Amino acid sequence: MTWSIIDTWIIIIGALCAAGCAIPGTILVLRRMSLMGDAISHTVLPGIAIAFLITGNRDPMAMLIGAVVVGLLTAFLVQTIQSLGNVEAGASMGIVFTVLFAFGLVLMRQAVDHVDIDPDCVLYGSIELAWFDQDPDGWGIPRGAIVNGVMLLANLFVMLLFYKELKITSFDPALAKSQGIQPAFMHYLLMTMTAATAVAAFETVGSILVVAMFIVPPATAYLLTNRYGMMFALAIGISIASAVLGHISAITVPTWFGFSGTSTAGAMAVATGVLFFVAWVASPSQGIVAKQWHRISVRLLVLREDILGILWRLEERGESTVLPEQLSEAIGSPRLLIRFALIGLQKKNAVTKINLHWSLTTSGRDSATKLVRAHRLWEVYLDAHYPQDSNQLHQTAERLEHVTTPEMQSMLGDAKEDPHGSRVPDDT
Amino acid sequence: MALPSFEQIVRVLSLEDYNTRVVVLGVMALGTASGLIGTFLLLRKRALTADALSHATLPGIAVAFMVMVAMGSDGKSLGGLLLGAFVFGCIGVLGIVGIRKTTRLKDDAAIGIVLSVLFGLGLCLLRIATELPSGSAAGLSGFIFGKASSMVASDALIMAGVALGIAISTIALRKEWTLLCFDEEFAAVQGWPTLLLDVILMAMVAVVTVIALQSVGLVLAVAMLIIPAACARYWTTKITTMLMASALIGCLSGWLGAVVSALVPRMPTGPIIVLICGFWFVVSFILGPNNGLLIRQLTRRRLNRRISMQHILRAMWEVRESEHTSNFSTEDVLPLRSWNKRTVEQLLRRCSKLHFATREPNASWRLTEKGSAEASRIVRNHRLWEVYLITYADIAPSHVDRDADMIEHVLGKSLVAQLEKLLDATGLPDIPDSPHALGGST
Repeated sequence: MTWSIIDTWIIIIGALCAAGCAIPGTILVLRRMSLMGDAISHTVLPGIAIAFLITGNRDPMAMLIGAVVVGLLTAFLVQTIQSLGNVEAGASMGIVFTVLFAFGLVLMRQAVDHVDIDPDCVLYGSIELAWFDQDPDGWGIPRGAIVNGVMLLANLFVMLLFYKELKITSFDPALAKSQGIQPAFMHYLLMTMTAATAVAAFETVGSILVVAMFIVPPATAYLLTNRYGMMFALAIGISIASAVLGHISAITVPTWFGFSGTSTAGAMAVATGVLFFVAWVASPSQGIVAKQWHRISVRLLVLREDILGILWRLEERGESTVLPEQLSEAIGSPRLLIRFALIGLQKKNAVTKINLHWSLTTSGRDSATKLVRAHRLWEVYLDAHYPQDSNQLHQTAERLEHVTTPEMQSMLGDAKEDPHGSRVPDDT
Repeated sequence: MALPSFEQIVRVLSLEDYNTRVVVLGVMALGTASGLIGTFLLLRKRALTADALSHATLPGIAVAFMVMVAMGSDGKSLGGLLLGAFVFGCIGVLGIVGIRKTTRLKDDAAIGIVLSVLFGLGLCLLRIATELPSGSAAGLSGFIFGKASSMVASDALIMAGVALGIAISTIALRKEWTLLCFDEEFAAVQGWPTLLLDVILMAMVAVVTVIALQSVGLVLAVAMLIIPAACARYWTTKITTMLMASALIGCLSGWLGAVVSALVPRMPTGPIIVLICGFWFVVSFILGPNNGLLIRQLTRRRLNRRISMQHILRAMWEVRESEHTSNFSTEDVLPLRSWNKRTVEQLLRRCSKLHFATREPNASWRLTEKGSAEASRIVRNHRLWEVYLITYADIAPSHVDRDADMIEHVLGKSLVAQLEKLLDATGLPDIPDSPHALGGST
């Protein structure tokens, strides 16, 4: 891999563009409007085509105005068709953006003599060549970096200026209205931001990366935090990381298989996906691993308490030891889990093992007594207040015993015998 | 833009050229198939899932190409490419379901993630595919925006075959899919395998998307699925009619699109078909008899006219009743409701046109026989309802006017008969006295 100034600038431009997209993207994802970002980045095309046809050149201001106008038109049409035409939001979006995009493609084909732009470039952009597009007096800074940098600053400015307004209209539009903030104004402000960002970014990185940067880093951030400000920060950080990771893998990964390299914009989009996947699996609060871990630890906790309860009831009947196989059969859990639970109990010094046979220790007996007492008091309580089948009674008590706090237990009464005729053990 | 000559038009319309024939037949078959399956897609609110599906096919095309080249062919086999596209389309849908089920992200974000990441992956793989020593990947990017001109007879035959298959399965599963769209829980309770039905539906969508790739392209494939169905929704409320209308609109748009692009230079087929679909949508949105813009405005206006006519008639009756004079002026009616003088004058003019009232000398008005009859009916409905509210709903006499004011316009004959029975109408005068003072605020 040979690194050059061109690669540095590709990463800088990609990062600026990605960070700029992450700001409106975060609000879009929070408002469950991510696909407006998709729709608007498609309809940038007719906006640009119209601007070309009117001005006859690639004047950036005209392009920006054209794209923003068509972007707002998209938002307006989606809203109108949805509310006036009784069409579901997704379908309304699908109709508007495909028709406008098709219109843009036709315009572009018709105007092919006048302008040098082709639809493929709209998709891929030309970030690989961005470094060569410099103004003569631009101190060696490529135009793409300037455009995307300015856009990033503008988005940051708008985001900080309307920080709480955007927050409140996103989470509670009715409250916002009662406080004198216009949700409709904020909606169209967001749409303007989205369209402007899309047009600024599309020329360098192409519309597909714009869509990825709008949606994927904020969605990743959403899996990592519950706080509004933090989500912006994380989304921006993740989008920059994707840009760096994307370009590096675009020029390295294919070489492992004997190819020269691949599309940087595409690789950056894939990199956002990879980071999303990591968060999906490994997020400390929302990840699949964390959720499964939590589920298993709760299951083991319940299992340990169930084992204590069984041992206590066996002692009540005069038996004092049990084999893991018997436990597995009685509880209906796999033997492996039973083993884990027994080892856990052993560590807490609640059970001991003598020749494969397990029995309660004194401290284990104390905890077991508490559990059985809670169980039987629940049965008494349930029988008194919600008369039901006695088998059902046991099932409900079996679940409640694991979550009974001392305060709850003190309210369950002080009965001596449960509805099945068993003794309620005294609190030790 | 040069206009096509008459001979050209005849040539295209009579399908004389081989190329035109293939394209026209292919896209007509595609339009029919997508119109049919799109109806259920739209009713199931999955429009944008199909968009993600079509974007997700791109890496599938690239992977299939690479596998075929690795196996020694030139990678040109359309069947192989479409198989790859189908597999990745399904992976995309599974990805959406997975994200939605296991995270707190909603549908929109799940769709956006799958769509953009898989499309990005597709672009990367396409770029790599162009470097393969054997085989030519140049044609592959044609799937992005569609390249109808590259179609050959066998492609059109595949499309026709798929269209036939879709039509048969739609007929076979019409009842089941309809139930799935409108009441999934009920379908499940009735013992239908809802998950399997859903999977079959999405697989059909994937098939249609895949055959749309060549002619319309993957960016616009979703338009072929949802726009004809969305149009049909404005013309009917019956599912069978909607299916037929949607298939017809899809087929017609395909035909028109292919013809226009054959006649006019530099008109890409796919986008033109989508634009024509869009045109039908605008027409249906405005003119459609079911929930169309125009029809809704008309019904609303008609209702408003009828209501205000009934208001003025009741006002005239009440003035006549409380003033004990058959002649009254605009000023007498004015305080009865919150309306302005111009409205009242307009309404009175309309009354005289309908022979409900006549204009007397010195700017006064009088109810005619006909007007009197109609007014008495409305006043009677109004007061029956008031008496009913006072007797049965314990509402104070001073508060019943507003409720009765709203309901008097829609009281049907059977309801009036029921009211009479409830209130034992024999004891009431033909037109009951008003339970509250008449004359608005005065």
